[in-house]
Amino acid sequence: MFLRHRTPIRNQTAENSLFARRAIIAFIGVLILVGVLIANLYNIQVNSYDTYQTKANGNRIKIIPIAPNRGLIYDRNGIILAENKPSHTLELIPEKIKDLHATIEKIGTIVSLSDDERSRFLKSVKRQRRFKSITLKSRLTHAQVAQLSVNLHDLPGVVIEARLKRYYPYGEILTHTLGYVARLSAKDEIKIELDGEKAIYAATKDIGRLGVEKYYQKLLHGLPGYQEIEVNNRGRVVRVLNEVLPEHGQDLYLNIDIRLQKKAYEELAGRRGSVVAIDPNNGAVLAMVSSPSYDPNLFVHGISTKNYKKLLSVDKPLINRATMGTYPPASTIKQLMALAALEAHIIDEHTSIRDPGWYKLPNVERKFRDHLAWGHGKVDVYKAMKKSCDTYFYDVANRLGIDKISSFMDKFGFGHYSGLDIHEEKRAIMPSRQWKKERHNQPWYPGDTISLGIGQSYWTTTPIQLANSVSIVAASGKRYTPQLLGASQSSNGFLQLPADEKPQIILQDENHWRIAQKGMWEVVNSNGGTAYRVFKGAKYQSAGKTGTAQLISIGEDEKYDAEKINARHRDNAMYVGYAPFENPQIAITVVIENAGGGGSSAAPIARKVLDLYLDSSLNKTPSLVANQVVNTSATGALHAH
Amino acid sequence: MPTNKTGTGFSKPEPLSHKIHLDFPLLAGLLALMCVSLVVIYSASGESIAMVKRQGLNMIVSLTAMVIAAQFNPTFLRRWAVLFFIIGVGLLVATLLFGHVGKGAQRWIDFGFAKFQPSESMKLTLPIMIAHYITRYALPATLKHIFFGAVIIAIPVLLISKQPDLGTSILVGSAGVFALFLAGMNWKIIGSLIVAAVPFSMMMWYFFLHDYQRRRVLTFLNPETDPHGSGYHIIQSKIAIGSGGLDGKGWLNGTQSQLEFLPERHTDFIFSVFSEEFGLKGVIILLALYLFVIGRSLFIANNAQDPFSKILAGAITLTFFVYLFVNIGMVSGLLPVVGVPLPLVSYGGTSMITLMSGFGIIMAIHTHRKVNK
Repeated sequence: MFLRHRTPIRNQTAENSLFARRAIIAFIGVLILVGVLIANLYNIQVNSYDTYQTKANGNRIKIIPIAPNRGLIYDRNGIILAENKPSHTLELIPEKIKDLHATIEKIGTIVSLSDDERSRFLKSVKRQRRFKSITLKSRLTHAQVAQLSVNLHDLPGVVIEARLKRYYPYGEILTHTLGYVARLSAKDEIKIELDGEKAIYAATKDIGRLGVEKYYQKLLHGLPGYQEIEVNNRGRVVRVLNEVLPEHGQDLYLNIDIRLQKKAYEELAGRRGSVVAIDPNNGAVLAMVSSPSYDPNLFVHGISTKNYKKLLSVDKPLINRATMGTYPPASTIKQLMALAALEAHIIDEHTSIRDPGWYKLPNVERKFRDHLAWGHGKVDVYKAMKKSCDTYFYDVANRLGIDKISSFMDKFGFGHYSGLDIHEEKRAIMPSRQWKKERHNQPWYPGDTISLGIGQSYWTTTPIQLANSVSIVAASGKRYTPQLLGASQSSNGFLQLPADEKPQIILQDENHWRIAQKGMWEVVNSNGGTAYRVFKGAKYQSAGKTGTAQLISIGEDEKYDAEKINARHRDNAMYVGYAPFENPQIAITVVIENAGGGGSSAAPIARKVLDLYLDSSLNKTPSLVANQVVNTSATGALHAH
Repeated sequence: MPTNKTGTGFSKPEPLSHKIHLDFPLLAGLLALMCVSLVVIYSASGESIAMVKRQGLNMIVSLTAMVIAAQFNPTFLRRWAVLFFIIGVGLLVATLLFGHVGKGAQRWIDFGFAKFQPSESMKLTLPIMIAHYITRYALPATLKHIFFGAVIIAIPVLLISKQPDLGTSILVGSAGVFALFLAGMNWKIIGSLIVAAVPFSMMMWYFFLHDYQRRRVLTFLNPETDPHGSGYHIIQSKIAIGSGGLDGKGWLNGTQSQLEFLPERHTDFIFSVFSEEFGLKGVIILLALYLFVIGRSLFIANNAQDPFSKILAGAITLTFFVYLFVNIGMVSGLLPVVGVPLPLVSYGGTSMITLMSGFGIIMAIHTHRKVNK
C-alpha cells in the first residue's frame, strides 16, 4: 500500500517503499546488463570460438622451414670435390634496426669491416625485402664470434648465424666443371617463385650458379623440413611443437678423375687452353679442364668487386674453354676427312697423290699452301695423316664437296651441343650451304670447301666436341653423350647413371674405321709421325692427331694490346688422341691458345695425362662406381634435367 | 561460521557480526573474489609468487581499511559529509595545480612519504555528500534538489576529467547519479537526461576529451583499423576470450596470456586471462559471485534504517557494478577502453582500498543500528 504524499512531513513508509522500488529496478537493471555481458561473451566464446581459436594459434604457432643439407660431390674414386663446412656469418635484419648506419658503425668498432663489405651490404639492403636478413660479414673467426656475441644485446636486429657453407677443396682446378654455389639473388627468387618452388627454397640461402652445381641443383638441394614452434609476443621461441626433418640433397659421384684433372691443369700451367678426357666406352668425362681458372670459393661468400674485376681480364678466366671456347679444329679432324672420303669412294686405302706443296683449283689463281712448302711427295691416306699433309686433304675436301662433308661431320657432333650435363656450352660452327646463306647471306664457294679439308675456314669446334669425335673413332662408331655425373647416392640407395648411348655410326665398310685408326696410330708410333717423338717410350700404344690452327682465339670483340697482338695471333696448338690403341679406355683433346705447334705444345700434355691414367704402376684405384652395389630396385631414376 | 542471521532479527540479542560491525555473507563474497584475484594474478604474471604476495599485501591493507570503515557510525559520515566534500574538491584542485604527472595524466599528490590520489576518495566522498544533501529534504527529491545535486556532482567530475582520468570521472559521476536515482529522481528527468546525453557527449568530445581518449573511442568503434596500434589491445583481448571457449584452456595454459600477446594482463585485462583459462563456464561462476555481492549489498541498503544510509549503501553498490560492467564491457569489445579495473580482481592497491572502504561503510550501515525501532 503506497500513498503518494508530497508533504513537508516526511512519510517514512513512502520513502522506504520508494527506495525499495528503486533498488529493485536497479537490481533488475544490473541483471539485464549482466545478461548483455554474458550474451556478448557467449557470442565471442561459443559462436565465434573457431575464429578466435584459429587467431590465437596464428599468434603463437609459427612454421620455421629447415634448409636441407646440400648433397656432397665426389669424384669417381670417392675423393670429395664439394663439401659443406660450418661458417659463421653476421647478419642484419633491416626491419628491426632503427639506425642502420649507426649499427654498422657500432659493429665496426667490434670487428673490422672493409669498405667492400659495407658497400655490398648497403647495396643488398636496397634490393632485398626489409624483413629478410642480409649478410654484413661472412667467415667470422671464432674470436670474432665471441666478441660479437657479448655485444649482441646492444645490437637489436643483429644476429650471428651458423650455416653450412660450400667448400671446394680443389679450388680452381675444377671450377668450370664443378661450378659453385652463390647466395640466392633477387633474380633467383623471382625465378623460384615463377617455378612454384617457393616452399622448397623457403630456408635455402645458396643456389648452384655454374657447372654441375647448377645443372644438378635439384638433386643436390633436397627437400626442406620444418619446425612448428610456439613463440611469444616478441617472437622468441618458447618450445618446439612438431618437427619434420629435411630430406638432404643427394650425393653425386662424378665421372671426373680428380688426379687426371689436377695433372692436366698443372700441365697447362696457366696458359689459355683446355683439356678434355672421355671414356670412349660410355661417354664418361674423366677430366675437363679450362685454363686460366679462378677459385670458386670466392663466390660462395659473395665475391668482392675487386676480386671480380680481376676475373674480367683479357685472359677471360670466367669462360669454360672446354665447352664454350670455339676453335678451328685444324688438322685434328683429318682422320674424319679420310673416313668421309673412304665412305664416298673418293679414295681407298691405296689411293695416293703427288703433293707439290700447294693445291690449286682449276682456273683459279689462288694457291692453297701445304705447311711443308716443298710438299710431301707421294702421299697415301696413312702418310697424309701421319705427316698431316694438307694438300691431300685439300683435294679430298674439294672432291667431297660441302654437302657431303657437312652431313658426315654432323654425325660426329660438330655444330651440335654435346649434351654434356652442364648448361654452359656452345654449339660452335659446322658450316654448310644453308648456314652460310643464313649467317652471311652468301652462296657457298668451292674455295670455302678446300680449307675445310684441314679444319679451317668457317669450321669451329669446342674441345668437348673434338674429344667426343675422337671417342667415336676410338670406339669404331659407338656414340655416347658425354656425362659428368656417374652415380648418385640418396636415402633410396646408390644409383648408377647408365651411359647415354646414341645410335652407332654404321659405315658401309667397317674396315674404314681401321684405316682411320691406323692413320692415327702412325702419327704416334711411326717414325716421322707428328707426335712420334712425344710418345716415344710410352708403356702403352696410343693413337692421335696433332693440329696447329691458324689464329683466332676465343671471343669476338676483344681489344688487343699492341704488344700482345703478335702473341694473340700465334697458332693454337691442338692434339687429339686415345689409348690404349687396341682397347681404348680414354680419348683426349688438348687445346692451347697461341702456343704454336700441336705436336710440340699440346701433345706432351696429352702424353702426361695418358701416362697417369694408364700407368699400372700408379696403383689406380678402381672406380668407385664399379665398387658400389648398384641398387637396381631404386625407382627414382636419375634425371639429368 | 557465526552467520546465524535469519530475517532482520531486531529483537534478538546482538550477534557477533554486529559487535565487530562486519557482515559475514558479504565478507565471504568479497574474500571469494580476492581468492579468484590471487589465482588469476599468479597465472597472468607468469607464475610470479612475488606478484601474488604483493597483491596479498594490498588485500590485507584493503581489508584493514574495510574493518576500520565499518567501525564508524553512518551518522558520523553524515555529520561530516560537507567537510569531507570540500576537502576532497580542494585536493582535486591542488592535484591539478601541483599534482604529480605520470603516464601523461596528473592524478597524484606527492606528500613526500606517500602518494595520494584524491580522485579515488571522491568515489566515496561524493555519494556521501549527495546522500546527505538529498535526504535533508523529503523524498522523492524535487527538481530543484536534483538540479543542485547535479551541480554538486559536476564539480568533482569535471575536475577529474581535466586530469585527465576518464575512468575515474565516470565512476565518480555514476556514484553521484545513482544516489540521485535512488532518491527518487523523476523518470521524466531521467528520460530528458538520456536525450540530453547526445549533445553533452558531443560537447565532451570536442572540448574535454584528450586526443588519446578520442583515439580510444575510435579504436573501440573499429579496432581492426589499427591492429598494431591502439586496436591491438582489444583484438588480442577478444582473441584471448574467444579462444577460451566454453571450458577454457585451463589454469596457467592460456596461450594469449602466457605468451604475452595480451597487454595489461594482470591489471585492466585480467578478465581476458580469466576467460581464456576458465572459459564461459568460469565466467558465469565469477559473474554469479559478483551478483551475490551486489545482491547482498542492495539487500543491506534496503534494510537500512534511514534514507541517508539506504541511498549511500545503494550508490556504493551500484558504482561497484559500474566497475564490473565497464571493465568486462571494454575487454570484450562492448565499450571503449577506459582505464577501469575489474573490481577486487585486477592487480593494484589503490582502487581496492577504496572499494573495500566502501564495503566497510555498507557493513557499518548494516551493523550500527539503533537498538529499538
